[in-house]
Amino acid sequence: MIKYLLEKEFKQIVRNPFMPRLILFMPVMTLLIMPWAANQEIKNIKLSVVDNDHSSYSERLIQKVIASGYFILEDLSNSNDEALKSIESGKADLILDISPEFEKNLISTGTAEVMISANAVNGTKGGLGSGYLSAIMSDFADDITTERGLNAGTGVTPGIQIVPHNKYNLYLDYKVFMVPALVVMLLTMLTGFLPALNIVGEKEAGTIEQMNVTPVSKFTFILGKLIPYWIIGFVVLSIAFILAALVYGLYPVGNLLTIYFYASIYILVVSGLGLVISNYSDTMQQAMFVMFFFMLILILLSGLFTPVSSMPDWAQWVSRVNPLSYFIQVMRAIYLKGSGIRELLPQLFSLLGFALVFNLWAVWSYRKSS
Amino acid sequence: MEKSNSEPMVAVSVKNINKKYDKVVALDNITFEANQGEIFGIIGPDGAGKTTLFRILTTLLLADSGTATVDGYDVVKDYRKIRRIIGYMPGKFSLYQDLSVEENLAFFATIFNTTIQENYNLIKDIYQQIEPFKNRKAGKLSGGMKQKLALCCALIHKPTVLFLDEPTTGVDPVSRKEFWEMLKKLKEQNISILVSTPYMDEASLCDRIAFIQDGHFLKIDTPAGITSQFGEKLWAVEADDMYKLLLDLRSNPHVKSSFTFGENHHITVDNSLTMEDLKKYLSDKGNTTIQIKEIQPGIEDAFMQLTENKQHE
Repeated sequence: MIKYLLEKEFKQIVRNPFMPRLILFMPVMTLLIMPWAANQEIKNIKLSVVDNDHSSYSERLIQKVIASGYFILEDLSNSNDEALKSIESGKADLILDISPEFEKNLISTGTAEVMISANAVNGTKGGLGSGYLSAIMSDFADDITTERGLNAGTGVTPGIQIVPHNKYNLYLDYKVFMVPALVVMLLTMLTGFLPALNIVGEKEAGTIEQMNVTPVSKFTFILGKLIPYWIIGFVVLSIAFILAALVYGLYPVGNLLTIYFYASIYILVVSGLGLVISNYSDTMQQAMFVMFFFMLILILLSGLFTPVSSMPDWAQWVSRVNPLSYFIQVMRAIYLKGSGIRELLPQLFSLLGFALVFNLWAVWSYRKSS
Repeated sequence: MEKSNSEPMVAVSVKNINKKYDKVVALDNITFEANQGEIFGIIGPDGAGKTTLFRILTTLLLADSGTATVDGYDVVKDYRKIRRIIGYMPGKFSLYQDLSVEENLAFFATIFNTTIQENYNLIKDIYQQIEPFKNRKAGKLSGGMKQKLALCCALIHKPTVLFLDEPTTGVDPVSRKEFWEMLKKLKEQNISILVSTPYMDEASLCDRIAFIQDGHFLKIDTPAGITSQFGEKLWAVEADDMYKLLLDLRSNPHVKSSFTFGENHHITVDNSLTMEDLKKYLSDKGNTTIQIKEIQPGIEDAFMQLTENKQHE
């Protein structure tokens, strides 16, 4: 029986002018574009410099800042007020104000003052910008001290030097961090939306009614809807892996089969959620918007773009009942760290729990609605 | 499905079925029996409760109270068995529009664990008419062909009871006529047919009919039985200004009821009124070229009379 249902389902999917393209293009576009765009490294910060000193050292400092590649020198202002104006007009994001006695103080006392003001309307940009700038400052200060120490033949000020070593993502490449998470997002969108919309579509067309008067049981009917999207999920996953390897040179450190294993459970979770929503919706529009509402919340609170640990407490609680966050953890752990099932047991049980809850709910609400 | 001579004579039995949607009463204490091998028509206007009744009998909807059986099986307890032996054609075309004619038919055959070949003789007459288009998508068929395909799909597993919910709504007159001829042929195969329709002219093609309005059954009888019980004088009246005529007729105390029926008005009158009296009364009122003739009541007249009586209760 299920064989015929699947046969029909695949016929419909292939015949749909939109579906095969969606299944192919969505992973390709997401993986080709998103990792470049959804990047939290801030570059091209527009800088307004107020150089009150006009010395060779202040000149060197400005050169060093520009050379870092993070900043674009927007203008050289004569006064702080003038610089503030370019911030107000949106021309500049950051002001670097070098004090009048910069070189003199630096040579005589070894310390000098600069002021950094940031436009914090875009909090990340302002924060990161002033962070980068401070880092460049202290680097510059080190350079000067070393130089002068060597020149004068006196001892170098002893200090602690921090050599960061970024494990699992050596160059802190944001793309490496994003790709596994984007695969999760893809899988969620495709396997969550599509079966739900498919069932609501049958409701709208009235075909579900025709099916309900046949000996096909509800369970078989739902299974006939789930399995095709399960397979589609695997296809999408494979396309994503191939792209990650070809385009970003990113190979999973862990076992690929472990990923497929977790994915198979995860697809059950999201399509279960989709089914629950489809049972409560009468039209495509309704299902679409409810689904969209949940997707938005789940994706934003999953740790896909921002780390869960820096969220407020309540949001961390929400992320604990968010299946997405578990699967993102799993994907990143297997892909980047090479973790195995043993290390990821809590996530396994959580995902199994979600799968069970959503699918039982789906069956229950389906019974009730008829 | 292998039932023999011990089959009950009653195909569908409904006892005191009630169904409410929130506060709206869709079915109010419906009771009837449809016999094996008969075409049982449920006639009534839109919103009378026909579809609700069909949905209960096809196990898609639960009644609030009352019991119903189809071929001896309870619609609640034995719903699985019922689904194997009934064919249901909903009012709205509900086959897969993106599958072809043949694919739809093959699909519904397989989910009933049968094949097109096995029951081909049952659908042959109907299917032959749409066979030239068997590779066309169901969504691209004309209205009449869609109905024929839907009927084929409902018949492909050789049901014993067929439920047709407004099968001819939105179908051209020629296709409608063909459709009813098909139903007669199916009846000869001993398939019981429950059919609902808002068209009164189709009622006379049924073996027995039930009038339904606002969730009530007004009367159940054969079409001939219903018209013979009309029991009143029925005249058809015509004049130049039909609207003025209707108003004048309604203001005459001897005219009991008057309704517009196409090109003339059908009126029932009490026995004291003669045609000459009425003609004189109407021409006094200023009507011209008045024609009055006595006619035999039709199904629609009977329905109007029944609804009228219901309102006076």
